[in-house]
Amino acid sequence: MTPPTAQDARIHNIGYRRYEGERLGAGYARLSLFVHSLRGGFGLGRSARSKVLPFGLFAIMCFPAVVMVAVAVMTGLDEMPIEYQGYGLAMQPILSLYIALAAPQMVSLDLRFRTIPLYFSRPMSPADYVRAKFAALSAAIFLFVAIPLTIAYAGGLLAELGFADQTSGYLRGLVAAAVLAVTHAGVALVVASRTPRRGFGVAAIIAVLTVPYFAVTAVQAIANEQGGSDAIGWLGLFSPTTLMDGLQSAFLGGTSGFPGEAGPSTGAGVGYLLVTVGLVALCHVLLVRRYRKAGL
Amino acid sequence: MSVSTSTGAGLTSGVGASVINTTALTKRYPRVTALDGLTMDIGPGVTGLVGANGAGKSTLIKILLGLAPATEGTARVLGHDSAAEGTAIREQVGYMPEHDCLPPDVSATEFVVHMGRMSGLPPTAARERTADTLRHVGLYEERYRPMGGYSTGMKQRVKLAQALVHDPRLVLLDEPTNGLDPAGRDDMLGLIRRIHTDFGISVLVTSHLLGELERTSDHIVVIDGGRLLRSQTTASFTEATASLAVEVTDSDTHPDGAAALRAALAGRGVEATPAPGQLLVVETADEAVYDTVRDAVAELGLGLVRMEQRRHRIAEVFQEAQP
Repeated sequence: MTPPTAQDARIHNIGYRRYEGERLGAGYARLSLFVHSLRGGFGLGRSARSKVLPFGLFAIMCFPAVVMVAVAVMTGLDEMPIEYQGYGLAMQPILSLYIALAAPQMVSLDLRFRTIPLYFSRPMSPADYVRAKFAALSAAIFLFVAIPLTIAYAGGLLAELGFADQTSGYLRGLVAAAVLAVTHAGVALVVASRTPRRGFGVAAIIAVLTVPYFAVTAVQAIANEQGGSDAIGWLGLFSPTTLMDGLQSAFLGGTSGFPGEAGPSTGAGVGYLLVTVGLVALCHVLLVRRYRKAGL
Repeated sequence: MSVSTSTGAGLTSGVGASVINTTALTKRYPRVTALDGLTMDIGPGVTGLVGANGAGKSTLIKILLGLAPATEGTARVLGHDSAAEGTAIREQVGYMPEHDCLPPDVSATEFVVHMGRMSGLPPTAARERTADTLRHVGLYEERYRPMGGYSTGMKQRVKLAQALVHDPRLVLLDEPTNGLDPAGRDDMLGLIRRIHTDFGISVLVTSHLLGELERTSDHIVVIDGGRLLRSQTTASFTEATASLAVEVTDSDTHPDGAAALRAALAGRGVEATPAPGQLLVVETADEAVYDTVRDAVAELGLGLVRMEQRRHRIAEVFQEAQP
């Protein structure tokens, strides 16, 4: 606690002052909420304790990128050991854990401490609130994936790997990270906004992100043994993780993690795109509906 | 039935005559009617909105903020239609909810700055106004500590500060004295009074206790079952409801002091009724009654233990109003 200074003493004698300055309205409030939530996603502006997990996970997320660079430099490889497009998916367990922590941090606390009415009694509408939170979590997940990619890219250039190759891979990696961020943010927020209990939110998000993945992978493995390689592609539509995997292998030139590296056919690829767009739109609608009723 | 206040608007000059105006405002939920043809006109100043739990106070606030549509009728706040111009209303109105709404792990300063920005204040202005507002509500060094450790009184002050940080023209305070001890209640009521007299901001404050709003408000609106029961200036309300409780000692010459005083008062044309606990209740028709009681007690040579204004409960007003 700081002792009062002479300046404080002077301020104490001023009476109430009106505010005649500008009022920046809902758009500015939305942007402020976005920045505030994005910082909160990494524990910035909160207690030291809430910074430990996000930054710990982030360090783990960056570690393979650093190792990749080291290996590439030491052994003189001519390309990166892991594709940029698949980096986020390869790190899926760490990423899921981060999303499961960040999403309840962004929305469950406002519900639990009943801060929501304070937002909605201001110019901001429920839709503004949802967009700010959606954008903030998407941006947090994107940074979580894109920064390790950037480390790998910078290292790749230092190791004098092919510039054109590296740049095109890096850019496609960024696109994959952006799509992954938006879809996962949507799913995680829909789950987190249903409960004011942070612990439930964390567990439910991990379940929603991993259970369908294991189910789809298991069925794909069976389909592979039965020789139905076409079915493998279509099955990937049914979990967020395999959805991203199919999308990046269909459109971004990556290799899928499906059995036999069988990516979706062109027809299925269009299906992947439609399902992804539909999923994001659905999450947005569900969130706005959730908050329209969360009034006072 | 509509009464507008004529109290000194003082700093709010320039504000139109009507701050809140409702016409046949009705809100029906599938199972209950929360507001039933409510028509009232509230001018600048401090207005107390009194009603029992479930009388429709919170529903009214929701409609005034433009957050819930009315089933029928219209509401205008600061000249804006609440159904169509909710955003314009919420820019100029502050709202303090009844329930807890503070995250425990951030400090009052950080929280109020954030809420100021949510109201559209640029970053520098939000910080300056936060420091000003927290000082006005009486939070000093503790404003840098996490709010989880605050007392109820301090939390209520932060809730009030976030409603004032953007310098609104009207604040809606929902049960601001809830959970406070008597001293904290008096502090809060004093603060509410100052919001109008010193800051020039009109106030609509709700409570289920009429007594505490009598002292603070210029104007009292009583609603029950979503209908307007009374709307009048506090002065006329006090006349109708105030009474004086008097307790005196017994002396050797007057073994039953209360009875002796009652007789003496009757001789002076003031009627007193005995109440449990050796109390006399005197209806205070005007200020002179205080002097009459004092003189009568002095003449009898009795000790005056206490003489206090009796606060009427909202229930009594209902009994009076509903024959």
